[in-house]
Amino acid sequence: MEYVYKKIDSIVFGVLSPQMIKKMATTKVVTPELYDKEGYPVDGGLMDVRMGVIDPGLKCKTCGGRLKECMGHFGFIELARPIIHIKYVDTIYDFLRSTCKECSRILADEQKISEHKKILESTKKEGRTGQIRKVVDEFISSLKSIKKCPYCSAKQETVKLEKPITFLEGDRKLSPIEIRTRFEKLSESDIELIGLNPGYARPDWMVLTMLPVPPVTVRPSITLESGERSEDDLTHKLGDIVRINQRLFENINAGAPEVIVEDLWDLLQYHVITYFDNELAQIPPARHRGGQPLKTLTDRIKSKEGRFRYNLAGKRVNYAARTVISPDPKIKLNEVGIPLVVAVDLTIPETVNKWNMDRLKEFIKRGPKVYPGANYVLRPNGTKKQITEETKQQLIDELEEGYIVERHLMDGDIAIFNRQPSLHRMSIMCHKIRVLPGNSFRLNPSVCSPYNADFDGDEMNLHIPQTEEARAEADMLMQVQNHLITPKNGQNVVGCIEDAVSGNYLLTKGVEFSKENAIQLLLSIGVYEPEKFKKLKSKVSGKEVFSVLLPNDFDFIGKSLEKKDVIVKSGNLIDGIIDKATIGESNGSLIRSLFAMYKEDVGIEILGKIFRLGIAVLSKLGFTTSISDTDLDLTIKNQIEELISEAEKKAKRFINQYENHELTPLHGMTEKETVELKIMEVLNEARNQIGKLISKSADENNPTIIMANSGAKGKTLNLAQMAGCVGQQVVHGKRVERGYKNRVLSMFEENNIEPESHGWIRGGFKSGLRPYEFFMHALTGRDALMDTALRTPKSGYLYRRLVNALQDLRVEYDGTVRDSNSNIVQFSYGEDGIDVSKSENGTIDVEKIAKEVANL
Amino acid sequence: MSNVYEAYSELPVPIIENIKKIAEKYKLTDSKLKQVLDRTRKAYHNKKIEAGEAIGIITAESFGEPSTQMVLRTHHLSGVSEMNVTVGLPRLIEVFDARKEPSTPIMEIYLKEKYSTSPTKVKEIAERIKGSTLQDVASEFLLNIIDSNVEIKLSRNKLQELNINSKQISDIVQNVLKTVNVVQDRDSLIIKSTNKETKLSELYRLKEKCKEIHVCGLKGITQVLPIKIGEEFVIYCAGSNLKDALELEEVDAKRIKTNNMYEIADILGIEAARQSIINEALKVLGEQGLHIDIRHTMFLADAMTKSGEIKGVTRSGITKQKESVLAKASFETPIQHLVAASLVGEKDVLSSVIENVMLNQPVPLGTGLPGLMAKMKDKEKK
Repeated sequence: MEYVYKKIDSIVFGVLSPQMIKKMATTKVVTPELYDKEGYPVDGGLMDVRMGVIDPGLKCKTCGGRLKECMGHFGFIELARPIIHIKYVDTIYDFLRSTCKECSRILADEQKISEHKKILESTKKEGRTGQIRKVVDEFISSLKSIKKCPYCSAKQETVKLEKPITFLEGDRKLSPIEIRTRFEKLSESDIELIGLNPGYARPDWMVLTMLPVPPVTVRPSITLESGERSEDDLTHKLGDIVRINQRLFENINAGAPEVIVEDLWDLLQYHVITYFDNELAQIPPARHRGGQPLKTLTDRIKSKEGRFRYNLAGKRVNYAARTVISPDPKIKLNEVGIPLVVAVDLTIPETVNKWNMDRLKEFIKRGPKVYPGANYVLRPNGTKKQITEETKQQLIDELEEGYIVERHLMDGDIAIFNRQPSLHRMSIMCHKIRVLPGNSFRLNPSVCSPYNADFDGDEMNLHIPQTEEARAEADMLMQVQNHLITPKNGQNVVGCIEDAVSGNYLLTKGVEFSKENAIQLLLSIGVYEPEKFKKLKSKVSGKEVFSVLLPNDFDFIGKSLEKKDVIVKSGNLIDGIIDKATIGESNGSLIRSLFAMYKEDVGIEILGKIFRLGIAVLSKLGFTTSISDTDLDLTIKNQIEELISEAEKKAKRFINQYENHELTPLHGMTEKETVELKIMEVLNEARNQIGKLISKSADENNPTIIMANSGAKGKTLNLAQMAGCVGQQVVHGKRVERGYKNRVLSMFEENNIEPESHGWIRGGFKSGLRPYEFFMHALTGRDALMDTALRTPKSGYLYRRLVNALQDLRVEYDGTVRDSNSNIVQFSYGEDGIDVSKSENGTIDVEKIAKEVANL
Repeated sequence: MSNVYEAYSELPVPIIENIKKIAEKYKLTDSKLKQVLDRTRKAYHNKKIEAGEAIGIITAESFGEPSTQMVLRTHHLSGVSEMNVTVGLPRLIEVFDARKEPSTPIMEIYLKEKYSTSPTKVKEIAERIKGSTLQDVASEFLLNIIDSNVEIKLSRNKLQELNINSKQISDIVQNVLKTVNVVQDRDSLIIKSTNKETKLSELYRLKEKCKEIHVCGLKGITQVLPIKIGEEFVIYCAGSNLKDALELEEVDAKRIKTNNMYEIADILGIEAARQSIINEALKVLGEQGLHIDIRHTMFLADAMTKSGEIKGVTRSGITKQKESVLAKASFETPIQHLVAASLVGEKDVLSSVIENVMLNQPVPLGTGLPGLMAKMKDKEKK
């Protein structure tokens, strides 16, 4: 058993000193050559085997480890001349400005220094690094005016930084050697005044004399198919540095003219800069032969694909599966159906004890191919043995208490199920395994909405927790029934959807079954309630069938979509029609009451039954939506036609008024804007009236109307658009405007503002669209697409920032909300300490309690 | 009666108030009321938030998940084309970022009762509130190259409308531009630089500068629009200047509104700014028809204002306040944070979430929060 403890207590950051670089190095890199003729790494080269190995055959000369055993060791390059570290240029500049050029002391008299010290200490006590920086900056700028050193009376010249790395004192260029010698003389107390901790960072270390060479394992080379070796970008860059460095050494030793040495020095400086960072403004990026810039140390760390966000904050796991999802209303809400191929590949480790020994031996006997079997056996000494036909018997024989058997997944095992994007905590929940035939994950359609899943090819991920703690936590805290209510606003995220809603709607609206048929129906969805079956009469109404699912002591009063009462007394649906308002998502009041009155486990059980009942009813009655749903009577058709021509006439009147300048503009609007607004109003009104007319006149048994009325899918507007009139198309909140000069399409007259030339579609989808109407409709569609495409990254970034700002805040044991440093954010969460996901729409329903008490 | 409630002081005030109301409605007897209170208390304890709950992440999720459903566009305020109002996602981002100035500052000025009902009076006040620049009152700006001066011809009508004369304007201009001489000649101002030599480009710049000089009204308010709400008129202003607006006698200081939270923070304090953040966020969510529990909005506003000044949800705001180097580095600009940390030898004590994720250690949230204390037998002594 592996236990998790905190192994690392804290991490301290600092700058490497030259001594430290040398101390931690195993190799001094002196030659830019990488391999000799045999392809063996050269001693003192960048791929030196003392720095670790990347070839399977070799052994590390430092620790003797082979590939993957040896983590690698640092090397170092001794630089011929000091080089300025590009990332610390600002700090170097600070020191040059604030210290004496002769005696390297801070250019402030003792009084000023002690004053500054006091301020520094007090800000440090308050503990804000940002403020320390500010104090130091003020101190440095106050030293600007001092022209004479208060200690050695040397005259001071202003130092200027010429980006990126040239320091000018007066007109003279300061060489890194000079800078370094100045800094070496700095006392520790002086360094502290500039806000540095001299134990971890001295300014002279920022002028490099040693350069650490990262282990070979950090920059592995790839062997191409042609057998050629392709080195990592860092190796390339280090090669450049070593080459120039060696050349510089030779030239200095040979006493070459200063100009040549200077040139090489500058080149070395360039290479070291582009080794650290390749994206600086004034420096041309170092490139490959092909032209793409080299990846530097900075590139490895920053941005989404960098070390922090890609490798450190993002984790990869084993024991996971991913495949397409498909619906299965016959499994429970908190179950997930997994294909057999997944079940035999993913495993659960079971420790052998005397009670399960025989059972586990059976698993091993069946082996990895026969389900339910086992794939591996772990011995207490840590070795892992694969179960095969050959090893089977031996493993069964040696099996003892304390061994661990990795057995196949079985029904009831715990899995964690997830769909990206994981926008809220309900995007990852715990389900119980059900091994099913087929090749897809199966889930109950009720839990589509928390995952925001559908079955048009969506894939989902499945994880198997491997330790007892993880399983216990998933089981207790992450199961579907613990997340029925969202903490966003206290509404339920699971409920009946689509066919389940319309099925129950039809059922409770007034269907009648014979007793036999009713029982048949209930049995087909797995409901067996003999006591209740006995009570059924020979003719059974739909409401009675529905009531069979409810507990006997269930009382409920709610409202349907049409604001009519839905009454349940002692588990009997007495009045009202079940629809989305009672059993649907987000505010299904009946299922909310079920969750509240009974335990959540019972609640989802009943919800599952209601769901299946709805679907079973639809299969029994037959339910389809077809093109004939949109058929209209001739009288209605004429009425619609009248409405449309009426609206068009009205629009025309406004246009006439506008053209004759008789239209009085609304406040703050031009005449054009006013006429646009009026036309829009008239046309939208017309379509709304058509919608009303159609829904009023439509047959109640029209399946499309049933779906709309029950809240299962669609609105009457959709029917109106199909049967009657699609209506005005809107782009960017206005009628369609752009295209050609002063007209949308070349077929219209210029400056014509009549409805049809600006996106008014008078026909319905069924009767078909004219080509120009179709075009305008496509415009609206494109506009909507663009809006989503532009919005997603924006809201994603907002989300990331919110999470980052708030992720450490938590409720403490004393009820306060604090951040990771125990600073209080709120004294009581939300001013009353109520958890939204346990509340009823954010509060406690006192009225309900009072009602119950009053009835007692 | 009140003594019945005393024993239940742990219940939040709004719930007690609610019970009082309901007790009256159902005419509950004392014993029944006690039953209600007992049940409510039980419910309250059941619904209390648990220790260790990662409430910050829940709040972030509650905003992050629905923000994908918001629209991107600006809308016109009651159909006036010049008065744009940022709504939806862009406005929400603006509020959470705590931008110094909203992209569309709006002020709603309510008037004291005696001024607020007569349309003519309101219109007159509105005209006075509207800020005018020299550009608004001038009919022409002329560059006199020979004498190298700027001549501004003022429009009589405009001056009359704004109830201001040329002399006053001349004084204002002189006051703002210290380095020039302003000569008033009936309805025109002649502005000449005190420097002897003036280049043409400088002269041009002077002219442009003159255009922006604030002459009268409230500075920064570019549009006014009186709107009738119920019985009274409210003046909607594009642009915001709370400080000057509060000084106007006719303004009802209790009801005046602005969407610039920094102005509110400066004038009314950080608590008012917190409320303003809540109001602005709720307004956006309400317009979009999104229902997010108010606790989340309050919580975020608290997190943004807890330091005493408004901090945005950005790398320079809340995230900068964090003490952990790794937490800051994992968000944005990691190199800068690492370099700064190395200078001072900063110690990261791994007290927040992300560092422990990086190191594969339990995070101090939820089930990772409790520690176990146990007396361990000292093995070495044995």
